[in-house]
Amino acid sequence: MDAKPRLAVHKFSSCDGCQLAFLNQGAELLQLATLVEIVHFAQAGFVAPDATVDMAFVEGSISTPEDEKRIRLVRKNSRYLVAIGACATAGGLQALRNRAPGGAGWIAEIYPQPGHIHALPASTAVSAHVPVDAELWGCPVNGRQVLDAVRGRLFGVTPVVETDKVCLECKRQQGVCVLVAHGAPCMGPVTRTGCGALCPRLHRDCYACYGPAENANTQALGRRLADLGLSPAAIARRFLSINNAATAFRDAGDRWQEEDHGDA
Amino acid sequence: MSEPHLMHEAVICERIQESPTIFTLRLAFTDPEHKARYRFQPGQFNMVGLYGVGQSPISIVSDPEDEHLLDHTIRGLGRVSLGLSRLAPGGRVGLRGPYGRGWPLAAAEGRNIVLVTGGLGCAPAVSVIRYILRRRERFGHLTILQGVKHADDLIWRQQYERWSGLPDVYVGLAADVSAPGWFGQVGPVTVLFDRAPIAPGSLVMLCGPEMMMRAVVEDLRHRGIDENDIWLSMERNMHCAVGLCGHCQIGPYFVCRNGPVFSYPELKALLGERGF
Amino acid sequence: MAATGFLLRGHMQNLLDALRAAGYRCVGPQVRDGAIIYDTLSQADDLPWGWRDEQKPGRYRLGRHDSPWGFAWANGPQGLKPLLFASADTLQTARRTDEGALHFESATPHAIATAVLGVRACDLAALRLQDQHFLEGLVPDPHYAARRADLFLIAVHCTHPAATCFCVSTGDGPRAEHGFDLALGETEEGFLGTAGSAAGAGFAKRLPLRAAEPREQDALEARITAAAAAQQRSLPARDLRAALFANLRHPRWEEVATRCLSCGNCTAVCPSCFCHAQSEEPTLDGLSSMSVRRWDSCFTQGHSAIHGIVIRADTRQRYRQWLTHKLGSWHDQYGRSGCVGCGRCITWCPVGIDITEEAAGICGSGHV
Ligand SMILES: Cc1cc2nc3c(=O)[nH]c(=O)nc-3n(C[C@H](O)[C@H](O)[C@H](O)COP(=O)(O)OP(=O)(O)OC[C@H]3O[C@@H](n4cnc5c(N)ncnc54)[C@H](O)[C@@H]3O)c2cc1C
Ligand code: SF4
Ligand code: SF4
Ligand code: SF4
Ligand code: SF4
Ligand code: FES
Repeated sequence: MDAKPRLAVHKFSSCDGCQLAFLNQGAELLQLATLVEIVHFAQAGFVAPDATVDMAFVEGSISTPEDEKRIRLVRKNSRYLVAIGACATAGGLQALRNRAPGGAGWIAEIYPQPGHIHALPASTAVSAHVPVDAELWGCPVNGRQVLDAVRGRLFGVTPVVETDKVCLECKRQQGVCVLVAHGAPCMGPVTRTGCGALCPRLHRDCYACYGPAENANTQALGRRLADLGLSPAAIARRFLSINNAATAFRDAGDRWQEEDHGDA
Repeated sequence: MSEPHLMHEAVICERIQESPTIFTLRLAFTDPEHKARYRFQPGQFNMVGLYGVGQSPISIVSDPEDEHLLDHTIRGLGRVSLGLSRLAPGGRVGLRGPYGRGWPLAAAEGRNIVLVTGGLGCAPAVSVIRYILRRRERFGHLTILQGVKHADDLIWRQQYERWSGLPDVYVGLAADVSAPGWFGQVGPVTVLFDRAPIAPGSLVMLCGPEMMMRAVVEDLRHRGIDENDIWLSMERNMHCAVGLCGHCQIGPYFVCRNGPVFSYPELKALLGERGF
Repeated sequence: MAATGFLLRGHMQNLLDALRAAGYRCVGPQVRDGAIIYDTLSQADDLPWGWRDEQKPGRYRLGRHDSPWGFAWANGPQGLKPLLFASADTLQTARRTDEGALHFESATPHAIATAVLGVRACDLAALRLQDQHFLEGLVPDPHYAARRADLFLIAVHCTHPAATCFCVSTGDGPRAEHGFDLALGETEEGFLGTAGSAAGAGFAKRLPLRAAEPREQDALEARITAAAAAQQRSLPARDLRAALFANLRHPRWEEVATRCLSCGNCTAVCPSCFCHAQSEEPTLDGLSSMSVRRWDSCFTQGHSAIHGIVIRADTRQRYRQWLTHKLGSWHDQYGRSGCVGCGRCITWCPVGIDITEEAAGICGSGHV
C-alpha cells in the first residue's frame, strides 16, 4: 500500500477563517487524519512550514514581500496546490487597499508607526504569483468543498469546479427569493454557488462572498439594484466587498463609482 | 420497474495505449446474467463510470458479435476520462447501456459506403469500419476518409495501412498540419474528395467536428449524394443517456435517445447553428 | 361537471382529517417567508386565510385582507414539480470493497401517499407535461414514478389570477378541467366540490358535504369567468415553433441578453422544466459514493459544456434555448407548447423579463 499523501495548510494574509472551515469539520477531520498525513497546519498544531507535500491548501492573499517569497517556496514544495478562500483566490477584502487613491499614503494616516508596515503595493490572489492547480472560492470556503478536494486527490482527480449561480442553489433549496419577495439587494444572480445559498435561506440577501459566477451580468443586476432604490455608491459597494479585486466585480464597482461621481 | 440509472460492475480485462493520450479499455461485465442479456449495435455508446468521480458517454468499438469484451477507446481529457486512463487491468468500472441509435446498417447493406471522419471523432467510425470488414460480402465498396488536425493525432496508423491494402477498400488521410513522415495529404478532409471513389448512390457516414461535417455535407451534395443517404454522429453533453436530463438536446432531439447518429435531413435546420 | 356537494369553510379541518384517516400525508399552501408555498399541512388554520398576493414582473408581495377566503391568490413560486421531480435525488449508491469490487444499489425512494390541496389548473397541465417526460419516454424514471404513484390531487379553481398569469391564452386555466381527484371552487360561504375520479368520489363521501345550491354554482361560474377575463397577458394562441426557429438571428435575442442575468430562476420555477445534472458524491473515506441528480438549467455553463467547448457560452444563446425549447421544440417532443401560462417565470425573474413580451417581440404578434 502507498504511503499516505502528505498534506499542508499554509496561511498568508488572512483572518484564519478558512482554516476554521477545516477545523469545524469535526469527526470528518479525524477521518481525514487517517487518510492523509497532515504535516503542516499551524492552527491544528502541526508545524513544518518547509516540508515537501503532495497537496497544499493555501489560505490568504499575497500582501507582503515575505508572503511573496514564501508562496514561491510553498509552490516548489507542493505537488498540488489549492488556493482556498476569497483572499487566496481574489486578494480578499484587504485588496480594497489596492484601490486607495494616492497609493500607500493611507498607511501613514492609520498606523502610529508606519515604519513597521512592509506591504506590497497590492494584495493579490495566489494565482498572480505562482501557478495554482485549483481554486476554491468563498469567505470562508465551504468545508465540504475542501474535503471533496482531498477526496478527489485521493482518487487522483481534480476537484469539481462549481460555476453555477447562487440563485440556482437557492431555488433547489426551495427558498423564497428575497429580491423578488422583499426587494432585498441580493447578489445571488452574479455570485458563484458553493455556500448552499446560506444567506437567502436565512432570509437575507447574498453579499457575494463566493465571488463572480461564470457569465455574470453585473450591469443588469446593478440596474435592478438601482430600481430597488440603491444609490450608485451603494451599488458600487455591493460589488467592491469581499471579492472587490475579482475582475467582474472590480469592473462593475468601477462603473458604478464612475456613475456616482458623474452624479455628484 | 427497470432501473435506468443503475450501473453494473465491469472489469478491465485489457488496457491498450493507442497514443500518448488515447487508450482502449476492454471490458467485461462481472455479472454473467447481465453479460448474457447485453446486446448493442455499432454506433451505440455506454455510460462508463469512474467510481466516486463521474460517468461519461463512450462509444463501443468492439464488434456486436464479439460476446466477450466491450471495447472503449477513450481520449484522456478531463476528470472522468483522465481518471479512467489511470486504471489498470483488473480494475473495475461502472457501466450502463447500450444507448442511442447506431449507424443505419440495415439500410447500408448492398450499398457502397463512404466514411468521413475528422478530428479525433474516429471511435464511432472505427466500430462501423470493423463491422463492415467482417461482413464484407454484405456491403459494396468502402471508402474511408480520415482528416486530423495534426499529423501526430492519427491513431491506428497501421490499421489504416492494413485497410488500404484490402480489395474494394480505399483509404485517404489528410492532416491540416503535416509532420515529417506524413504520408497523407495536407489540408481539410475535403481535399481527399477529388481523388477518392465517391460513387453516386453511396451511403455516407460522418463523424467529427460539426463545422467539418457541414463542409463535407456541402461538398457531397455537389457530388450528387442524396441528402437522405448522409448520416452523422453527434456529440453533446450527457448526464443521463436516457432522455431525462435534458442536457443533450439539439432543438427537438435528445442526442442520447434520438441519436447520436442522425440522418442529415433531420439535423439540417440546426447543424452548425451556434447555440444548439 | 355537476358539483358533488358543498363544503363549509369551517369544515376544512374535516377534509384534512379525512385525508389523514385515508393514509395520506397532506401538503397544502401556507404563508412562509413572505410567499405562499406548499408544505406539509396538518391544521386547516395554517391555510392562507385572508391573504392576497400582488405580482408583477420581478415582484411578489403578500398582504392580509379582511376576508374569509383561503384561496384568493394566484400561485407562488412552487408548483407540483418539487414534490415529484425533487430538486435533489440520489439515484444509486456505489460501494467499493477492499479488493476493489464495486456494488451498485438502486436508491429509488419509498414515497409515502401524498394528498395535495390547492392545486391550480396550470399545475395540473404542467403535471401532465412532466408525466409525459418522466413516465412516457424511453424508460420511466423510477424516482418520479414512485412519488407520482400515490398522489391524491385536490384542485382549487382560480378565482384571483395575478397580473402575471396568462393560462387562458395557453388553454390551461383558470378552471381545473381534468387530472384531479377532487376540485374545489371557493365562494363566499365555502367550497363547491366536484369529484374528478372514482377515488375522489369515494373520498367525497367521507366529507360533511351538503347539497350545492344553484345560486352557489352560478356565483362560482361568474367568479371563474371574471378571473379569465381579468388576465392581462397572453401568448399568441398559435404554435410558435415555426416563428421562433425562423427568427434565430432576430436582434431581440441580443437585446434580451443585455437584461437577462442568466440566473436560471425562470427554469427553476417553471413547472414543466425538467433539466437536471448528475454528480458523484463520495464519502470522505472513499468506501461509498452516491450518484445524485439536482435541478439544472439551460442557463448554466455546465448544461452545454463538452470538453473544451461550451455550446451555449453566452446569454443570447441560453435565453434562445429556453424560449425555443419551451414554446418551440416542446411541440415536437410532447405535442404541445411547454408553457402552461402560470406566469411564474415573469414574477420570479429578478429583473422581471416577461416571456409573453419576448415571444411577441421575436415572433411578431401576427402570423408567420
Ligand atoms: C455519444 C457520445 C459518444 C462518445 N464516444 C467517445 C469515445 O468513444 N471516446 C472518447 O474518448 N470520447 C467519447 N465521447 C466524448 C466523451 O464523452 C467526453 O470526452 C467525456 O465525457 C469527457 O469527460 P471528462 O469528465 O473526462 O471531461 P470533463 O471536461 O471533466 O467533463 C465533465 C463532464 O462533462 C460532460 N462532458 C464533457 N465533455 C463531453 C462530451 N464531449 N460529450 C458528452 N459529455 C461531455 C460529462 O458529463 C463529463 O463527465 C463521446 C461523447 C458522446 C456524446
Ligand atoms: S434570493 Fe437571491 S440567490 Fe435566491 S433566487 Fe433570489 S436573487 Fe437569487
Ligand atoms: S414558461 Fe413561465 S409561464 Fe410558462 S409554464 Fe413556465 S414558468 Fe409558467
Ligand atoms: S432546456 Fe431549458 S427550457 Fe428546456 S426544460 Fe431544460 S431548463 Fe427548461
Ligand atoms: S429570464 Fe430572468 S429568471 Fe430567467 S435567466 Fe434571465 S434573468 Fe434569470
Ligand atoms: S443525456 Fe440526458 S437527456 Fe440525453
